[in-house]
Amino acid sequence: MSMYHIIVFLPIIASVVAGLGGRWIGDRGAQWVTCGGVGISAILSLVAFHAVAINGNVATVEVFTWIDSGAFEVSWAIRVDQLTAVMLVVVNVVSALVHVYSVGYMAHDPHIPRFMSFLSLFTFAMLMLVTADNFLQLFFGWEGVGLASYLLIGFWYERPSANAAAIKAFLVNRIGDFGFALGILAIFLVFGSVDFDTVFRAAPEMAGKSLHFLGVDFDLLTTICLLLFVGAMGKSAQVPLHTWLPDAMEGPTPVSALIHAATMVTAGVFMVARCSPLFELSATALTAVAVIGAFTAFFAATVGLVQNDIKRVVAYSTCSQLGYMFFACGVGAYGVAIFHLFTHAFFKALLFLGSGSVIHGLADEQDMRKMGGMRKLQPWTYWTMWAGTLSLAGFPFLAGFYSKDMILESAFAAETGVGEFAFYVGIAGAVMTAFYSSRLMFMTFHGENRGPEDVYHHAHESPAVILVPLVLLALGAVFAGVGFSYFFIGGGREAFWGGSIAGVGPEDIVEAAHHVPFWVKALATVAFVVGIGTSALMYLWKTELPGRIAAAHREAYLFLLNKWYFDELYELLLVRPTKWLGRLLWRGGDGRIIDGFGPDGVASTVLDLARRATFLQTGYVYHYAFAMLIGIAVMVTWFYLRLGG
Amino acid sequence: MAAVFQIGLGHYLTLAAVLFTLGIFGIFLNRKNVIIILMSIELMLLAVNINLVAFSAFLNDLVGQVFAMFVLTVAAGEAAIGLAILVVYFRGRGSIEVEDINLMKG
Amino acid sequence: MIISGLTFYLLAAVTVAAGFMVIAARNPVHSVLFLILSFFSSAGLFVLIGAEFLAMILVVVYVGAVAVLFLFVVMMLDVDFVQLREGFLQYLPIGALIGLILLVELLLVLGTATATPEAATAGALPIPPASEITNTEAIGQVLYTRYVYLFQAAGMLLLIAMIGAIVLTLRSRESVRRQSIKAQVGRRREEGVELKKVQPGQGI
Repeated sequence: MSMYHIIVFLPIIASVVAGLGGRWIGDRGAQWVTCGGVGISAILSLVAFHAVAINGNVATVEVFTWIDSGAFEVSWAIRVDQLTAVMLVVVNVVSALVHVYSVGYMAHDPHIPRFMSFLSLFTFAMLMLVTADNFLQLFFGWEGVGLASYLLIGFWYERPSANAAAIKAFLVNRIGDFGFALGILAIFLVFGSVDFDTVFRAAPEMAGKSLHFLGVDFDLLTTICLLLFVGAMGKSAQVPLHTWLPDAMEGPTPVSALIHAATMVTAGVFMVARCSPLFELSATALTAVAVIGAFTAFFAATVGLVQNDIKRVVAYSTCSQLGYMFFACGVGAYGVAIFHLFTHAFFKALLFLGSGSVIHGLADEQDMRKMGGMRKLQPWTYWTMWAGTLSLAGFPFLAGFYSKDMILESAFAAETGVGEFAFYVGIAGAVMTAFYSSRLMFMTFHGENRGPEDVYHHAHESPAVILVPLVLLALGAVFAGVGFSYFFIGGGREAFWGGSIAGVGPEDIVEAAHHVPFWVKALATVAFVVGIGTSALMYLWKTELPGRIAAAHREAYLFLLNKWYFDELYELLLVRPTKWLGRLLWRGGDGRIIDGFGPDGVASTVLDLARRATFLQTGYVYHYAFAMLIGIAVMVTWFYLRLGG
Repeated sequence: MAAVFQIGLGHYLTLAAVLFTLGIFGIFLNRKNVIIILMSIELMLLAVNINLVAFSAFLNDLVGQVFAMFVLTVAAGEAAIGLAILVVYFRGRGSIEVEDINLMKG
Repeated sequence: MIISGLTFYLLAAVTVAAGFMVIAARNPVHSVLFLILSFFSSAGLFVLIGAEFLAMILVVVYVGAVAVLFLFVVMMLDVDFVQLREGFLQYLPIGALIGLILLVELLLVLGTATATPEAATAGALPIPPASEITNTEAIGQVLYTRYVYLFQAAGMLLLIAMIGAIVLTLRSRESVRRQSIKAQVGRRREEGVELKKVQPGQGI
């Protein structure tokens, strides 16, 4: 039993204890057990980070042999390399802080043990995902986080909207998972194994080989990478599988912070980084990743400009930032993407938790049009959220500045068409990011209160259990860049990453990114200033401007407000035909054909035949005698034909 | 012309066949009363007897006639019992119409 | 030859016609009488063929017993034949068809059948020529010796038939007075005589 076993399995033990024993240990007991479990895991992950990433002690701890069937052999192993170590820190620290936060946020909820149990369950599944040593284990964790996401989004199951959102999340994820599963199957077909080391070692030989399917030749590795990326699209809410993320805000705010900001949605990025040896061998796949990532970054930012629900703004912001991470991967800068994932976890979780603090203080009000003037009432929340907002927008020397700007510089340095597209799109996105993040701050905390007076009067600063995680995350958001950029994307990156991701070396894209022209580097900061300035203009000083602009460009405003009508498009193109097909197959196929020929048909035929047979039983002896005579005639005829003739 | 009067086995057998068929007709084409059925049975037995005796004569085998005697015996016994049943039935039912034998009708 | 042929045809025609009238006659008594006619002509046919014992037996048993029995029952059953429904035609098509099929098949079988050459001499019991013994004697020689068990069985069968007929139809009627000798003879003084004291002038 090593430290890694404890890190991975403690959360699930805590989850089971809290979940099944909630009745006996009570709310407090459940909270202590789960917070304690994840807290210990978090501390141990920091130790592991130091051991593995800083000191380079990579480890693979085998737990047991899982499947041993003919040519297919899969064992359950905990792989701890540098990439894993980074993810362990992210997942466990954020999860621990969210657990503590939930103690305060969910204090009045009647189902505390269930909530804490699900949070820990999610943590376990995520840990399984990041410590996977083979694709099947990764998939197990993948599905596990999907399950936990469903359970947590629909936590308040009495609400129909929550149930619908949970199902939507699960279904859209499923589509992605289908592609992912196909990718894993293709990997097994081609490489004969699903083990990471085996596949990555054998990958270079397969480059350029093609797969013959339905008469068309597909490049093998491109196909595999694209299929894997479909899974990533679903899990990380990239266009077109992004529709579930805003609806997922139906879940409690801690859930949004943990799952839909810091950890689960980043699983896609993690997976692409983990499979970077494969992606590096397929330029087409990388281009696809970059294009989709860039487009999502732009799209989500435009939608976030006009949203009125505080959580939805942050959700679209997450979607957009994930797009940034993906197009960083797409240009080959995996380390930068992971670095952004690292910093993003901090400031995005901070933004969500801070929003939660505001919502909690305003008695569950989420519409920003009914907020305002909160900075006097919630100073701690206010200042920590500014830290997160500025970090996200890219204020110089905060964490987001290092990671996001590096992404933009890498895109420029890629010197491909895609890279340039991604760069300019990213700059536009950066402007919008700064705009909507500061818009959120101005609308919520500045100005006069626009909501009901009594709610405003009862609003108060949140308790310590809520504020302490905010402060810790704010520290991370501010200092993570300065502290870690050397390792992730700076001079120490090669030693830091070891061999865990591809594309890291003395002549890699990050090196080129460090040497881009100065105007490129400055453009990102300029974008930040422009964004914040415009937002301050529209929401601090000339507050009638937003209304007038919206009225003047009504269609454009509605187009953005309705998320580019993606949901309506899907409803029309996919949902309605699927429901129609389902109903057709149910009534016509199953009901009429299968049931008709099967059980119902057989039963009714039996009844029908029996009814006809009763006509023979007339009770009339004469008829019986006649029947005997006919029988004799038939027999005689038959014998005559058989034996005579 | 003489050949027509050369009575052979076939003639007797044909006669027997015709009688047999008449007996069968009698059973099923009659809806008057049950006695006709019993008489038709006697007709059929008569046909069988003719067959047996004809074969006996033309194959020069006495067994046919002995068998015909036994058939006769059985026919007599069967006619007696049949009529007895009929009488009892009539006592209970009051009618011997064939159509009225439908007490087993469900 | 010719005479026997003609006789055959005549008797055969009568038999068939009588048989037809059995089933076609309206009056059941007529049916019985036609049945008797049929039997008689068959007996004639038997004589023609040389089985005179059987012919006589036919007359005695069939006509004298069975047909008379039929007549008894027909007359006893007090059937009002005027009201008998005809309903003949309902089953005519199918019945006729079935009958025709059987007839045709019988004729086909008979027409295509051939006797093996040894059949004439392979009989189990060759008929002795009529010049030696009569048909009756010939049958008698065989019946009580080789087929005695069957003979006895036939007798048993007749006995059972008789018992069966009696069992079926016997009923005791309370309105008929009967004597039970046993009861009469076994009567005792206590049952038969009763002493009563009678006062003068009062009666019983």
